[in-house]
Amino acid sequence: MSVELFGLSFNPWADAAIRLQIIVGFMTVVVMGLIYAERKILARFHQRIGPQRTGPKGTLQSVADAVKLVGKEDLRPAAADPWTFELAPYFVFIPIFLGFVIVPWVQGWNVRILELGILYFVAISSISIVGWLMAGWGSDNRYAIIGALRAAAQGISYELPLVLALLSAAMIAGSFQLDRIVEFQDTVPILVWQPLGFFIFFVAALAELNRTPFDIPVGESEIVGGPFVEYSGIRWSMFFLAEYAGMLIMAFVGSSVFLGGYAWPFGEELGLPFQILISAAKGGLFIFLIFWVRASVPRLRIDQLMGYSWKVLLPFSFLQIMINGLVLVYDLPHVVLLVTGVALLGALFWVTDGIARRPLQPRRKLARVLAVQESEG
Amino acid sequence: MVEIVTQSNVSAGDFETQDLLLNVGPQHPSTHGVFRMVMTVDGELVKDVIPYIGYLHRGAEKLCETMDFRQGIGFMDRTEYLAAFNAELSYVMAVEALADLEVPERAQWIRMILIELNRLSSHFMFMGAFGVDTGVFGTPFIYAWRERETLIDLFEEVSGDRMMYAYFRPGGVAWDVPVNFVERVNEVLQSAEQGISDFDSLLTENEIFVARTHGVGAISAERAIALGMSGPSLRASGVDMDIRRDQPYLKYDQLDWDVVTGEYGDVFDRYYCRLLEMRESVKIIRQCLDHLKAGPILPEKMPRMLRTPPGEVYVRTEAPRGEYGVYMVSRGGNRPHRLKVRSSCLSNLQALTELTVGQYVADAIIILGSIDIVLSEVDR
Repeated sequence: MSVELFGLSFNPWADAAIRLQIIVGFMTVVVMGLIYAERKILARFHQRIGPQRTGPKGTLQSVADAVKLVGKEDLRPAAADPWTFELAPYFVFIPIFLGFVIVPWVQGWNVRILELGILYFVAISSISIVGWLMAGWGSDNRYAIIGALRAAAQGISYELPLVLALLSAAMIAGSFQLDRIVEFQDTVPILVWQPLGFFIFFVAALAELNRTPFDIPVGESEIVGGPFVEYSGIRWSMFFLAEYAGMLIMAFVGSSVFLGGYAWPFGEELGLPFQILISAAKGGLFIFLIFWVRASVPRLRIDQLMGYSWKVLLPFSFLQIMINGLVLVYDLPHVVLLVTGVALLGALFWVTDGIARRPLQPRRKLARVLAVQESEG
Repeated sequence: MVEIVTQSNVSAGDFETQDLLLNVGPQHPSTHGVFRMVMTVDGELVKDVIPYIGYLHRGAEKLCETMDFRQGIGFMDRTEYLAAFNAELSYVMAVEALADLEVPERAQWIRMILIELNRLSSHFMFMGAFGVDTGVFGTPFIYAWRERETLIDLFEEVSGDRMMYAYFRPGGVAWDVPVNFVERVNEVLQSAEQGISDFDSLLTENEIFVARTHGVGAISAERAIALGMSGPSLRASGVDMDIRRDQPYLKYDQLDWDVVTGEYGDVFDRYYCRLLEMRESVKIIRQCLDHLKAGPILPEKMPRMLRTPPGEVYVRTEAPRGEYGVYMVSRGGNRPHRLKVRSSCLSNLQALTELTVGQYVADAIIILGSIDIVLSEVDR
């Protein structure tokens, strides 16, 4: 059995390795571009200029960063556990890159088309939590261990809404295979049928990626970088690379599943250049949203984070799946999905707002605190 | 360093857990300088906090005793570098009280304008640093920096320096303000008002910010008074106390403004009191500009070397962080025999342990931020 690649026939394993290698190389460059983009975009939000001295308009900033990081000493604390400490970056880095296997960049451009693509993605990406735990535990640092345990709690909590949101989209498309899901959306993206699912996916993706407002495991202002606090040089940059690669893959999976990937709005008959453009634009939009959120909201507290996942997002995702099931079983028109989806999204916003502004609860809690203080004082 | 033995074995079912001793600072992004606290944490909950201060102690008060009255002003700047005009004011007012100097009208109004502008710049710094404490990536900090920049540009035009002004003198101010002072103040006020509104919409109306700050680190009015808190941190608990109104100095009694008080004394109230107070400051400055008339800025008969009769005096003013008092003893001569600064930050910091115990680790950081300390004033 052989597979064709670039007009040549290869052994399937060799073919997969070559494709993955191409993607890894390509992604490293794209991630550098992303870092530059984030710095520039955040600078705009901050009314700064951002990098400008390295290369034209500062475009070589990421190269300079990379050179600096590679040149740095790879420190390991004396009390650290050598094996866990040194292996942790790989455990974070490799699962994220393995996720690229299933991403349908444009039609026919992927490493492998897996029938259970979404399940593979979800399963493989959650392995990186092990790497976070290893980093935290191996560093022998108290900030690191707190961060690692937070990462584990958060990763497990938000895995569920993420899976359920993807599942609800897969129900509508009728497949777990990502390119089928994309092709299903050549006229209408799933976002229209699953607005709630998209929102839950976006929130859970932010949490999975440990981006603001869910950057609790790294919590710069409290636990100063969490599990990465002891890392330096090339190992630290691997964490960094993994973070941005994770963002990229989340963006492309999200755009494939909810925004129609390369297919919508022009269908598939459009040529390759247009498909690349559309695919990149959607992924870019997703990533821009992540940057935007980062520049504007504070960080949640750990109890609020866990509560929001288990008490709000999870029930709503189950509700969405139930509605999808009813629509599919009784063969109702898809408009029902749109209407209920928008209504549920409104309800979710209302609940979220209610929780955030919960005017009575803090007052009651406050009264209790004051009572305790008075009885003591 | 004192060995802390607070570890206790708490049994949760069959599962043995141990408290974690977490050292925060002196080099930590959120300790606002070189402050250190040792927290005993049980998972995410803080069980005990022991603050350590003194990393920035320079003996400013003692040094002042070896300097004549004019040289001491510079040291006062450095005790409270974010609101140096306010710190200077307490000092020069103490000297004036000892030497029985009459301050000319114009100098008083200039002082009023500058200390209120300095309150604005100091509170802007609080907004920025506090926003970062709650976890916004840089945005409030840079916004605050932008607003503060316009303010310290003005201070530079007036005094020649951006932080350590040394502009007030016993008896008045060092030299007159630039000719375009009024227009410049108006300009700066306009941008500051815009900045205040920016913060109002960036933080006050942000759901996550509200969820993080409401009901966190609350302190009752009685406890706040008992701990000697002052300034916005005290008013947030609902205590209607402001030295500018209760013991008016300069010209505060001639102006129309309100004292802002909070209700619950939580982190949000401490933040919001400051924000509203900034609006009041803008109001005060606008009125001061109307009163600013030409005239002398120092008393006519100022000796080249100021000497005071023996005596002692305590002068307190409302600095941005609370009561900034100067206790000065003179035995005659051209320098204070003893100088003691009553630091608002040090007193407010006393509440830290009480506020923090029982809260989450992340809340401990924003509680510390909400007290708004300047470490050089705490340690002096």
